[in-house]
Amino acid sequence: MSQAWLLQNGRIIDPANNIDGQGDLLIDGAVIAGIFPGGAPPERTAGAEVVDATGKWIVPGLIDMHVHLREPGEEYKETIASGTRAAAAGGFTAVACMPNTKPVNDSEAVTALILARAQEGSARVYPVGAISQGLLGEALAPLGELRRAGAVAVSDDGRPVTNGQLMRRALEYSANHELLVISHAEELSLSENGVMHEGALATSLGLRGIPPIAEEIMIYRDLALARYTGRPVHIAHVSTRESVDLIRRAKAQGCRVTAETAPHYFSLTEAAVDRYNTRAKMNPPLRTVDDVAAIRAGLADGTLDAIATDHAPHSELEKEVEFDLAANGVIGLETALPLALALVRDSLLTPRRLVEVMSLNPARILGVSGGSLAPGAPADVTVIDPETRFVFTEAEILSKSRNSPFLGWELQGRAVLTLLAGRVTFRR
Amino acid sequence: MATEQPFPHKHVLSLADLSPADIHLVLQTASSFKEISQRAIKKVPTLRGKTVINLFFEPSTRTRLSFEVAAKRMSADTFNISNSGSSTAKGETLIDTARNLAAMNPDCIIIRHSRSGSARLLADHIKASVINAGDGTHEHPSQGLLDLMTVQEKKGRLDGLKIAIIGDITHSRVAHSDIIGFTKMGAAVHVSGPATLIPPGIEAMGAVVAPSIGAAVADADVVMALRIQKERQQDPLFPSLREYATFFGISRAVAELAKPDALIMHPGPINRGVEIDPQLADGPRSVILDQVTNGVAVRMALLYLIMGGD
Repeated sequence: MSQAWLLQNGRIIDPANNIDGQGDLLIDGAVIAGIFPGGAPPERTAGAEVVDATGKWIVPGLIDMHVHLREPGEEYKETIASGTRAAAAGGFTAVACMPNTKPVNDSEAVTALILARAQEGSARVYPVGAISQGLLGEALAPLGELRRAGAVAVSDDGRPVTNGQLMRRALEYSANHELLVISHAEELSLSENGVMHEGALATSLGLRGIPPIAEEIMIYRDLALARYTGRPVHIAHVSTRESVDLIRRAKAQGCRVTAETAPHYFSLTEAAVDRYNTRAKMNPPLRTVDDVAAIRAGLADGTLDAIATDHAPHSELEKEVEFDLAANGVIGLETALPLALALVRDSLLTPRRLVEVMSLNPARILGVSGGSLAPGAPADVTVIDPETRFVFTEAEILSKSRNSPFLGWELQGRAVLTLLAGRVTFRR
Repeated sequence: MATEQPFPHKHVLSLADLSPADIHLVLQTASSFKEISQRAIKKVPTLRGKTVINLFFEPSTRTRLSFEVAAKRMSADTFNISNSGSSTAKGETLIDTARNLAAMNPDCIIIRHSRSGSARLLADHIKASVINAGDGTHEHPSQGLLDLMTVQEKKGRLDGLKIAIIGDITHSRVAHSDIIGFTKMGAAVHVSGPATLIPPGIEAMGAVVAPSIGAAVADADVVMALRIQKERQQDPLFPSLREYATFFGISRAVAELAKPDALIMHPGPINRGVEIDPQLADGPRSVILDQVTNGVAVRMALLYLIMGGD
């Protein structure tokens, strides 16, 4: 008989099934057996391992639709094994990994390799293939073959598709293969060589700025292309007020757009870059207080559909250098949930909305399983202690890299148990 | 000689880090040291036994020489490392280079580097004092201080003066240090130039963005032209040097708008006939060579204040 779990007396939050209340969750082997608001009947729980979830939240496993796992090619930064361990520790049961590996994931072979390595990982891994061959922005990657091998979406993440015609063709052709197209929105002629948000701080640090319009103009183009082709587009890592406004207006007009932001864009401003802190260097860059307020409002009102980490591990080789030369990106899997829970405490998000943006919506946008605690669904479940306080230190990081701007922060709330198809992938 | 007031800084990375009292102390100390350079024997034993390394990753003639002269007149031992001869050419990182130099136990490293923040990075990783001799488009604090000293000498004060700085405000680390320094000492700094070279948020540094060159220069006590870096022309910032000279160069007609006794300054090296009329650069109101002389005194003062205390 397979392992059974009884998660007892927790707050079960399952927006897919319109549930938010106290109860027990019963898991039988790899699948959800049922939710019991009044407590599970004893005859069904015999032999189950009981977890007291009093004061905890029981939610469908979190899904991060934007990570960089660095394998193949840069295993000194992260591997599929280490990256999914970090994911499990952060409460995630699934991640979608971007194609800028070495070699680029623009082929069935690389997609297959990622999926094979992920078999022994601690989270489901959904590969995102490249839009263009080699991420060069010139010719379409074999989207059909990528889909056949198991890719769930395509993106040239890390760089934009600068050629408008190529982006149009990607949106059109992806329809044949039911692939989502994810846009890294950046007008390179405006952002080129910039290393932080453009403004007074960049000027005072002598650093070249990236204006917000570099993001907004490209979002506008991709919204126009999505409308024109009738195809869905997903906007990655939204960071500015005007970007949120553009997406809000496009949605109101019926455009098939979804969008994500990252915890750093609602938790930090450009001030984190002061004194040339390379751990706060990312692309798009950290913005202003006003942008942070707009990102938060966008998450609250549904303009932004998902919180995704853009987990981007880098070693000290890439970060302990002059700011101009430092690599873009921060790790995020192990801090996303506590940072998002801060939005709940600030009354910006309800707990239910948090589960939507970190589990249900990513599953729906990617068209993958998960995001639901319905009987028979895979038992991907996260138990969250929303109260526990801790200081985030290097010692506890499970990612291979340490490039977090949140080191030393006192955070509140985190995953205490993560189950992947009924198997423990993390327990605190 | 120098006063006994404390100078509460181990490094000199940015004028943004110095208080008006700190700046006053540097200028006062520099004035008292200036006389040493006029002597027949231009050397005092103050920094005997101290080791100063000039770590220059960018070509420089006057700044490197100025620091070397300053250190030698204070009897410090100086060593020069320039980019071509350094191990960075072999792929060593700045931090590795810094740690290797630190292992030789220098007292002060003077760094010039093409990347903003490199002086701070060095200071964060070694025990020795660090003086920023220009980092990217960030700051050039010793140049700012020598400009303050020159104006103070000629005008007898800084407070209440109007300083016009014309040219590439975005990429000029000298302009940034000058804006911060003059503003801290009570002067008003008005900047102008091609709009493409006025960076966003420069007002936060203390500058007033003038609507035209004429407005910036009008009734100014000091007119400073900045060097146009010809390599910037790859960006579409202004159409040509000819057009720059016509519309943004300091001509005699523009200089007439300033006060009759206004000083003409330039951080050098000059593109003659581009950013400033050659006759102005060589004229009676030009203090460009005083700037060079004072540069040595300011750098002697900085070396003394950060190393001479023990």
